[in-house]
Amino acid sequence: MQELLQSIAPWLSDNAIFTPSTLAQYWGGFVNTVQLVFISLVIGLFLAVPLAIGRASPIWLLRKGIWLYTWIFRGTPLLIQLYIAYYGLAFIPGVQDSLIWPLIKDPLYPALLAFTLNTAAYTTEIFYGAIKAMPRGELEAARAYGMSPMLAYRRIILPSALRRALPAYGNEVIFMLHASAIASVVTIADLTGVAYNIYSRYYAPFSAFIFVALCYMVLSFSIQGAFRLLEKRMLAHLKPR
Amino acid sequence: MKRLLTVSLLGAAMAAGSAQARDYDTVRIGVDIPYVPMEYRTPSGELAGFDIELGNALCKQAELKCNWVEQGWDGIIPGLMSRKFDAIMSSMTINDERRQQVLFSDPYLVPPSAWFAPTSTSLAGVESSDLKDKNIGVQRGTVQDSYVTDKFGDVANIQRYASADDVAVDMETGRLDIAFLDYPTGQAALLKGGKYKTMGELMTEPKEYFGDGFGIAFRQRDEDLAETFNKALATLKSNGTYDEIHDKYFNEDGTNAPQAGD
Repeated sequence: MQELLQSIAPWLSDNAIFTPSTLAQYWGGFVNTVQLVFISLVIGLFLAVPLAIGRASPIWLLRKGIWLYTWIFRGTPLLIQLYIAYYGLAFIPGVQDSLIWPLIKDPLYPALLAFTLNTAAYTTEIFYGAIKAMPRGELEAARAYGMSPMLAYRRIILPSALRRALPAYGNEVIFMLHASAIASVVTIADLTGVAYNIYSRYYAPFSAFIFVALCYMVLSFSIQGAFRLLEKRMLAHLKPR
Repeated sequence: MKRLLTVSLLGAAMAAGSAQARDYDTVRIGVDIPYVPMEYRTPSGELAGFDIELGNALCKQAELKCNWVEQGWDGIIPGLMSRKFDAIMSSMTINDERRQQVLFSDPYLVPPSAWFAPTSTSLAGVESSDLKDKNIGVQRGTVQDSYVTDKFGDVANIQRYASADDVAVDMETGRLDIAFLDYPTGQAALLKGGKYKTMGELMTEPKEYFGDGFGIAFRQRDEDLAETFNKALATLKSNGTYDEIHDKYFNEDGTNAPQAGD
């Protein structure tokens, strides 16, 4: 161990990636990335559950409206959505004099808006798919017990659908984490943004980017692990015995 | 067997290639576009600008065949390292940090940096006290970025953009109070139309940031190639060709001369 440390010590002292100042920057980027992704995922999730129910509802207008929303947000690149939220909103006449301008002026809120709407669209489709895949028999059983549609949703459909959606949703969370790497184009210093800054300061692209790639991997694997635990508990009844 | 043969042939070819100094009949030069008046495309799609014209003149002088390869600024040094091209002539400022990665020619132009603010700005000046809590826009990774980060990083809010155009757009939205750019870049992106003005002095000091002007970058080992370009540059400077090209694009004080078709 001692030998190993001694052998990497000169490398550590002669690099631009692990100085106290750059580590502080990376930490800031890490916090920004986690914050951005976490907030948009939580809001997106809360939006997606009712939207998925609406998407499966018998009301034509509601169904088609939500379909149109998910179709647009799943059919266009997140980068474009981010540009529209950041640059596009700023150029709507009157916006710069309005009360919401301080929010739009800050790059964080347009980014949150774009990320939230994007993940909500995907999550809606995931949940909708899970609702659609509900076994007929369970629905009929609920009806036979005299449950109202509301009660059936609350007691039978939603718990079962959310469970079934879990693996797909875990993927969506990881996709969202990776997609958040574009936040730096609107000047947000997320992990990727910090890597860009440090790369352009010290002209060391490989070490800067490989280091943040490792950070993203640690995050991804933690998310994966958390979902695996969750699946183990929630989907235990589906396991072959 | 066939695969083995290919592999060993390839190995032999590579060994032979690295043993002899590379013979540059064709030099590929990386350039980031557009950056008026340094390098841009004319409406008909042809490359033009000070770098392009000087670069072509240098190649002609050195009797080299040159191709221009377009590459975004972010990837321009990695592009050189990974042999997508053999030189960078894209208004790259010479400084010590870059010197660790690449080999520079002698400087061929020393342009100033400048502050740009809306004509109606309420800023009194460009000292730390004036810029406290203000949003300063820079192009990420430029010498202006380094200067502003070190000098104002603690007091002001520095927003870094991929291109000068992005800086210009966010000046327009009002997200930025002031921008710090290469003077020629800022002039091209902001000064037309009278909505923006420069503030403070045009800056070429301190040298540790603003370096020694623009140089052509090569891979460290290509010393011969750099020397060839240096010789050609010296010749063009002594025979008047350099001045001719310079005067076509710049006024005496370093500001831009009007372009044909502007």
